[in-house]
Amino acid sequence: MKNECMTILKHEKVARDTHLLVLEGNLVHDIMDPGQFVHIRIDGFYLRRPVSIADYDPAKETMTLIYKVMGDGTKALTNRRVGEQLDVLGPGGQGFPTSQIHADHALIIGGGIGVPPLYSTAKKLKENGVAVTSILGFRSREDAFLLDEFRALGEVHVTTEDGSLGRSGRVTDALPCVKKDYQHYLSCGPTVMLKAVADHLPDKEGYLSMEERMGCGIGACFACVVESKDEKGYKRICCDGPVFKAEEVVLS
Amino acid sequence: MNLSVKLPGLNLKNPVMPASGCFAFGKEFAQFYDLSKLGAVIMKAATKEQRFGNGTPRVAETASGMLNAIGLQNPGVESIISDEIPFLKNHHLPIIANVAGSTVEEYVEVAERISSYVDAIELNISCPNVKEGGVQFGTDPALAKEVIRHVVDVSVVPVYVKLSPNVTDIVEMALAAEEAGASGLSMINTLTGMRIDPKTRRPVIANGTGGLSGAAIKPISIRMIHQVYQAVTIPIIGMGGIETAEDVLEYLLAGASAVAIGSANFKNPFICKEVIEELPRTLSRYGFSSVEQAIGGAHDEEVETSLLRS
Repeated sequence: MKNECMTILKHEKVARDTHLLVLEGNLVHDIMDPGQFVHIRIDGFYLRRPVSIADYDPAKETMTLIYKVMGDGTKALTNRRVGEQLDVLGPGGQGFPTSQIHADHALIIGGGIGVPPLYSTAKKLKENGVAVTSILGFRSREDAFLLDEFRALGEVHVTTEDGSLGRSGRVTDALPCVKKDYQHYLSCGPTVMLKAVADHLPDKEGYLSMEERMGCGIGACFACVVESKDEKGYKRICCDGPVFKAEEVVLS
Repeated sequence: MNLSVKLPGLNLKNPVMPASGCFAFGKEFAQFYDLSKLGAVIMKAATKEQRFGNGTPRVAETASGMLNAIGLQNPGVESIISDEIPFLKNHHLPIIANVAGSTVEEYVEVAERISSYVDAIELNISCPNVKEGGVQFGTDPALAKEVIRHVVDVSVVPVYVKLSPNVTDIVEMALAAEEAGASGLSMINTLTGMRIDPKTRRPVIANGTGGLSGAAIKPISIRMIHQVYQAVTIPIIGMGGIETAEDVLEYLLAGASAVAIGSANFKNPFICKEVIEELPRTLSRYGFSSVEQAIGGAHDEEVETSLLRS
């Protein structure tokens, strides 16, 4: 893990309260797997903000982040301009182990701001010869993003809670539309969504990426823990995760 | 520049150490710098059995600081002795064990078990985030004395008592600790606080209340150390909102003999190392040639100011 001032190459709004940030720096070489995150310092705010890595390109030393404005910190982040530097700590945590997934077909299930890390995950899977079907859920049409990018990788089913785009309902409502020949699913979104997904797919091998308010982001402060089924009884989301096997963690 | 400080049980090459709970047991920070650069390390609290801590969210940002309610999550004293202390020992730096408990018996058992593996104990009678024990011992001088006496009796190393700022009279608590046999004080723990989310109308932190730390509490800690320094003769390890070498100097001047850096480790994992590197320049800028020279420096004109008051 590194602490680096990365240069902002691109910063634009891609959906309601949702912004895309392209950063350049050496830290990109340290990314091991899709689904890892970076911890961003924002001037005037005491704690860093964890943001998942949506895409990365070691050859160009760039990574793409997509974040949602959730409060004053992320709102202040939207004011940072192209050419400026951003204090980034990362890459953190364990991502989706795409190289270990040897299958013909995998299912991606993303909800809201849980969608971004699944983009590079889906890309890696496709590169490895795994066909990818994606279910992407958003609150409403204005909140949707990355749809064309996912469509370029495979079949996409979109759900919105208000029915303004795709199927009306939640991501789990789209599960019957997907051919059942996948053995693995990879999911990221709010914990309630992850729980619903895991409950619907007990027979599949699942990987879940979790989010939580973080302190240090490196495993030292024990702010972002989730109950686990091993003898230790807990996992730290920032360093043991954010990606876990579905059966490892207790979702509530 | 002489940065060394000698305290009961602790030969510090410099006065800066990470604060308990903000550094776990060092492993995570060892990937960023060589831990032997630290003056010492204060480990995360140890209880008798492993503790899972509170529900999440456990942290919330505040203006110039943060609230936390981790709830003393730790693997238990035996696991700390077997799995964590050996790693820190490799770095050849003084190790301070933060000892917590729900009952006097638990404090005594943990202290008795761990003291021979470390250089000093920081007795945590001030954690605001657990339902039993913790701060109840730290807000009542009689209870504090009882637990301190018992722990001092069984410990083979000096005991520093970590004081809670959530009291009416910090001097009374400091004097109680000194009378009960503490070799030093560690001050301050976090201040109890709360944030409420307007959307849910509920506290942001699952525990409801949390401990406030960070730059926001520094003036309170400085004031309390300034008061306590005049009342006791035992040394003080100062903490609360330290982010720069100048903050360290302020603590030394108030009366701290050493300092601990807490939440700032979360913003900047290199903070302890950077502050240690900056400290010599800062001391010399203000006319000091050693750390010891600065300790209690704010009290030198006490006679004159008291004359003015009379």
